[in-house]
Parts: sequence; C-alpha cells; structure tokens
Amino acid sequence: MSNEWPLWEVFIRGQHGLSHRHVGSLHASDAEHALQNARDVYTRRKEGLSIWVVPAADITASAPDEKGSLYDPADDKVYRHPTFFDIPDDVGAM
Amino acid sequence: MVEGLLRLGDNTLVLGQRLSAWCGHAPALEEDIALANIALDLIGQTQLWLGLAGQREGQGRDADRLAYHRDAWDFRNLLLVEQPNRDFGVTMMRQFLFDTWHLEVLKALTGHVDEEVSAIAQKAVKEVTYHRERSTDTIIALGDGTEESHNRMQSALDRLWPYVGEMFDPDDADLTDMATLRPAFDTYLLSTLDEATLTKPDSAFAHLGGKTGVRHTEHLGHMLATMQVLPRSYPDAKW
Repeated sequence: MSNEWPLWEVFIRGQHGLSHRHVGSLHASDAEHALQNARDVYTRRKEGLSIWVVPAADITASAPDEKGSLYDPADDKVYRHPTFFDIPDDVGAM
Repeated sequence: MVEGLLRLGDNTLVLGQRLSAWCGHAPALEEDIALANIALDLIGQTQLWLGLAGQREGQGRDADRLAYHRDAWDFRNLLLVEQPNRDFGVTMMRQFLFDTWHLEVLKALTGHVDEEVSAIAQKAVKEVTYHRERSTDTIIALGDGTEESHNRMQSALDRLWPYVGEMFDPDDADLTDMATLRPAFDTYLLSTLDEATLTKPDSAFAHLGGKTGVRHTEHLGHMLATMQVLPRSYPDAKW
C-alpha cells in the first residue's frame, strides 16, 4: 500500500468567464485539503477565480492504443466541417 | 504606538522566518508550497507594520533597518513565535495557536481609530483567515489521525501551551486590549481541539517576557543570527 495521499486533478477558471481548464494535479488527503492545496500550488499568481478538484481515480480516460479506431475514421469526413460547404451569396451572413 | 506596531511586525517577522526554514523540507510538496506562501504573507505584513513603526518613530529607520539591525532584546515578538520548528506537528500547532489569536487581533484592529493601522489590518485579515482555515484543518486531520499523529499533536500542544497566556496578557503598549480577545480564542480553540480529539492542558501558567522584550527565550538570538548575518556583514548589499 502506498503512503502517498490520493491524486487529484485540478481545474481552474480564469478571470474572464472562460470555462475551467485542467492545470495539473496534486496530492491531498481529502477534497477540502485538495482545494486548499490547489489554491496554494496553482493560484499563487492570480490565475483564477474558481477551482475544481476531481479525484484522479474517478476520471475515465480513453486508451491511447485505441486511437486508430476512435479517431482515424473522422479523417476522411471533411464534410463535417461547416466550411466544407459553399454558402450561396444570397443566404447572407451566417 | 511605535511599541505596539513593533509587536505586530516582530510577530509576523519572526514567524515568517521560522516558517521559511521549512522550504524544501516539508513532508509533502503541497505543504511545502503552502508554508512558503504563509511565510511570504507574514513577511509582507511585516513590511507594512515595521514600515509604519519606523515612520511613526521618525528616526529614519525603515522596515529593513528594524528587521536586520536590532538585537534580540529589542524585539517585541511573542515567545510563542520564536519557538523552534521541531517536527511538523509542533510547527502546525504553533501556527494554529498563533493564527487563532492573530485573526482576532486583526479583526479588532480593522476598527482602529488610526486609519493606517486599520488599513493594514484589513489587508492582513484576508490572508490570516486562510491561514487559520488551513492550520485548523491540519490540526484536526493529524489530531484525529493515526495513533502516532495524535500523540505528536497532543505533545505539541502540551509543549506550546505555556506560551499561550502571553498573547492575552494585557498592557498599555498593545494597539488593542488583548484580554478581551480571549473568549473568542477559547471558543474556537476548544471546538477545534474537540474535533481533533485533543485535550487542552489544565495549567494556566504562562511564560512572559517576549512582547515586552524583557526575557526572550534562547532560541531568538540563534534565529536572528542566521536571519541578520547577510545585511550585517554587507551593510549596503542589494538583492
């Protein structure tokens, strides 16, 4: 068994109403402790106005070796981008 | 007035210096950074308190002059803050006892008639609100933790308890009546200790002599020697 505190992922929302962004991770004994640590480690230079912490163990991530089946099929579907289509002039601004 | 300002500035200076010694040594990276942040907050408050003290004294001494060119007997800090760090438990217990007192002092000073005193207190009260939250949580986590951590926190409390009384020993030089802050301190302390499964020592004995400068413990001189050696050896050094 490890003596390390559990790992938490830290998300911070910046000053200007942007969404929370992943900024890094840290160790902490519980959620409150993780928030305090996040405040001390990741907001020392006024980086944010809101902090989320999430137990790293609760994050389900896609597997890197499934990259082919997950993402390659989108490669040849350029028509999924709106810019693929010519917009007739008389439609006006979209 | 100057004496009262020196007391506030010397408390934050000495404790800030003590906490800085953990930088690179704390038991976890996160705690290391947190302690350094708190130390920096305290040093920032020191610049304001000692800066104002020098200004009111009117003899041309600025905050650096006061911090680096006075000897132990000129310091007016509480005996509590000059106590050595020892283990992490003692450091955090010292922090909790100080923060709990410090926050009450600053809250009282926000209403001080002197506008500069009140302005410094208003800035510091936000920082210290966080300091107390953090040290409280640590006391509870370690007190109500393993048998080992519980025993260490109880022995830290027993060791530091004789230095609590001085914080509330009233005299005219303080900028606010310290004795009136005791009930709020006790209420917060007892509820935290209760949650931390720690027992408040029965004794009311108090070591005195820090804030009057009459009798500091032997630890202060050693700490100042380290803290002051550079500006004293190289008086015009800039960094």
